[in-house]
Amino acid sequence: MGRVFPALAVAVMIGPVLAGLWGAALPAFGHLPSAGFQGPSLIGLQRLIEWRGVVEASVLSVTTGVSATLGSLCIVVLIVSGWSGTMVFTWLQRVLSPLLSVPHAAAAFGLAFLVAPSGWLLRPAALFLGWERPPDMLVVGDPLGLTMTAGLIAKEVPFLLLMTLAALPQADSQKSNLIVQSLGYGRVTGWLKSVFPRVYAQIRLPVYVVLAYSMSVVDVAMILGPTTPPTLSVQIVEWMGSPNLSNRLTAGAGAIWQLVLVLAALLVWRAVERLCACLGRKWAGEGQRDVGDAPARAMGFGFLIFTSGAVLLGLAVVGLWSIAGFWRFPAMVPDTLTLGIWARHSDDLAATVADTFVVAGIAVAIAMILTVGCLETEYRRRRPMTPAAVWLLYAPLLVPQTAFLPGLQTLLLSFGADTGRAPVVFAHLVFVLPYVFLSLGDPWRAWDTRYATTAAAMGASSTRVLVFVRFPMLVRPLLTAIAIGLAVSVGQYLPTLLIGGGRVATLTTEAVALASGGDRRAIGVFAVAQTLAALFPFALALAVPALVFANRRGMHV
Amino acid sequence: MSEGLVLSNVTIKLAGTEIVAVNRRIGPGEVLTVMGPSGSGKSTLLSYLVGTLPRAFEGAGGIELNGRKLNGLPTNRRRIGILFQDDLLFPHLSVAGNLGFGVPPGPRKDRRQTIEAALDEVGLTGFGPRDPATLSGGQKARVALMRTLLARPEALLLDEPFSRLDADRRTRTRDLVFSITRARALPVLLVTHDAEDAAAAGGEPFLLGG
Repeated sequence: MGRVFPALAVAVMIGPVLAGLWGAALPAFGHLPSAGFQGPSLIGLQRLIEWRGVVEASVLSVTTGVSATLGSLCIVVLIVSGWSGTMVFTWLQRVLSPLLSVPHAAAAFGLAFLVAPSGWLLRPAALFLGWERPPDMLVVGDPLGLTMTAGLIAKEVPFLLLMTLAALPQADSQKSNLIVQSLGYGRVTGWLKSVFPRVYAQIRLPVYVVLAYSMSVVDVAMILGPTTPPTLSVQIVEWMGSPNLSNRLTAGAGAIWQLVLVLAALLVWRAVERLCACLGRKWAGEGQRDVGDAPARAMGFGFLIFTSGAVLLGLAVVGLWSIAGFWRFPAMVPDTLTLGIWARHSDDLAATVADTFVVAGIAVAIAMILTVGCLETEYRRRRPMTPAAVWLLYAPLLVPQTAFLPGLQTLLLSFGADTGRAPVVFAHLVFVLPYVFLSLGDPWRAWDTRYATTAAAMGASSTRVLVFVRFPMLVRPLLTAIAIGLAVSVGQYLPTLLIGGGRVATLTTEAVALASGGDRRAIGVFAVAQTLAALFPFALALAVPALVFANRRGMHV
Repeated sequence: MSEGLVLSNVTIKLAGTEIVAVNRRIGPGEVLTVMGPSGSGKSTLLSYLVGTLPRAFEGAGGIELNGRKLNGLPTNRRRIGILFQDDLLFPHLSVAGNLGFGVPPGPRKDRRQTIEAALDEVGLTGFGPRDPATLSGGQKARVALMRTLLARPEALLLDEPFSRLDADRRTRTRDLVFSITRARALPVLLVTHDAEDAAAAGGEPFLLGG
């Protein structure tokens, strides 16, 4: 059974992506028999070009995506270079790691509830100036997508930071820091010149993932992004949802165009990377010790506190809205508190939570079986994963969701297989599996295999070693991988919406569906439930091993 | 049929270069000491004997244990116990749990008695319920030894098992190990770079590399 697991894993990750791209290419070139179109023709592309917003929407996709990626990368670099190894840094890590699992939609709602004209941040000013009504400004949904970019940055910083932290030991960060500082370099300058090149080589793929994701995100764009026109990806989803089936031709063309945009952006990014590397090498050799280190450190710290503070404060305000009774405009807190909103939505909520966890649970179970299967196969065959295989893992995360999910839906529809939860589970698996694998891979491989040799030398079979030695010793990373998988699944919007065809309602789809209505109390309930659903597994992943192994010091971190 | 552990023309190559070549018989109760600087392939030889040779290496030559041919068998069917530099006690199990891992299946009562007898034998009476992480280095080494022996191996490999202990404990633990293996007539292959270990083991050490 040697190669069954790797083959299956690749199939469930890459299969839907390729099928979806094929399913988008057909209508893009005018082939959609179910709507009476026989291709190939250029109708789809023609309609896309004729759409008035096409240029603006494409530009938005690029500007928001690139600035979100650049912004979060800069903040992470400033923070890590200026603060790694300090007490502040350890503290930041603790505060930021739960933010990683906060779903994008919930964080976006939080930000919206803060910065909207009637939002929480403007209220002190309104109180002070005696405004009775919110000012007439377009903050949420500004035409340049600035608020949306800010929302993306706030969510991508924890992700990139975590990836960078994982890369630091392999880059010999601590020793290099010590050496360059003893040569008289400032923290930031020294780190940028000595450690950053090695770290960047390791976080390159995660950075690409952030770029591809930010350029094509749908839920955050629906909550915080512009509307006339919306970003390209939001428009694609609108076309997909249109009752007029011929709009699917335009959607298919849009999907292919979105893919082209992302691939082009990735190529340009790669080219700029090389340019920076070239200039950076020159710069590193020039010997300047301190290029504005103190302000750089302060800036990094400030930005980080600002973005993550916004998410935390935003979530608090969202929570407050979910229990708010009467709440006049400039007041900072509601006049009364009530659980009535939760009670009113409780039936809805129960059904939605059940759906959310059925989908997440099955997807994560499959992902764990495949991941452990692959890693154990790798160990037993004593053949490490090749760099090509690592790229395969990232591939589904590098293809924009809006490029292949619409096509996947169209294909499933034409097979009549678009019903129920099973297709949704497999759509989630495309995203859950890479994250589960990336999370479990390192600790799995770092495990001292002499334990396995010792056990086998006592006559224990490979299965017994796996189940009674390796699993219990790796219980923490295993549970963390499960929690990450669940959080990823809980946060998925587009796969549930498109592949579920409206019949599978998760906390995320329900919350985002409420976005346009503007009922802050209902949004509050679903956004809080969504956040808890993503965070709760992490709490369990921490608590369970601590309780079970309370009397085993060797099992503590 | 020859008693003991027989290595007939065992060679290990790395990228075409021969790094190990052994042709020896270790009789019951005998100790073969393999010495050499670090990187000379001592541990690689052990991994060949237990069947976990990394892919980068090329191993050849027959391994026979009490007349059984071991080549091609998985580690768990070779009946060769191994002790490493680190005790490698399973951190999630109690001391008794660790020992129990080694004991072959059987009635619960017999197993418990076996475990208790093993603890008595190495002066750790009553240590069964303890967390292995709370034991001293010497105690851990003794538990690790008994765990391996409870699995009833027919030979024992020692990969510098005393190097982490301080001088006093080292001598005592070493004497304990050798007296037990002699009493059980186990062939022992000891890998070390410590001359005292080699002297205590007796016999002519086999030199690798350099």
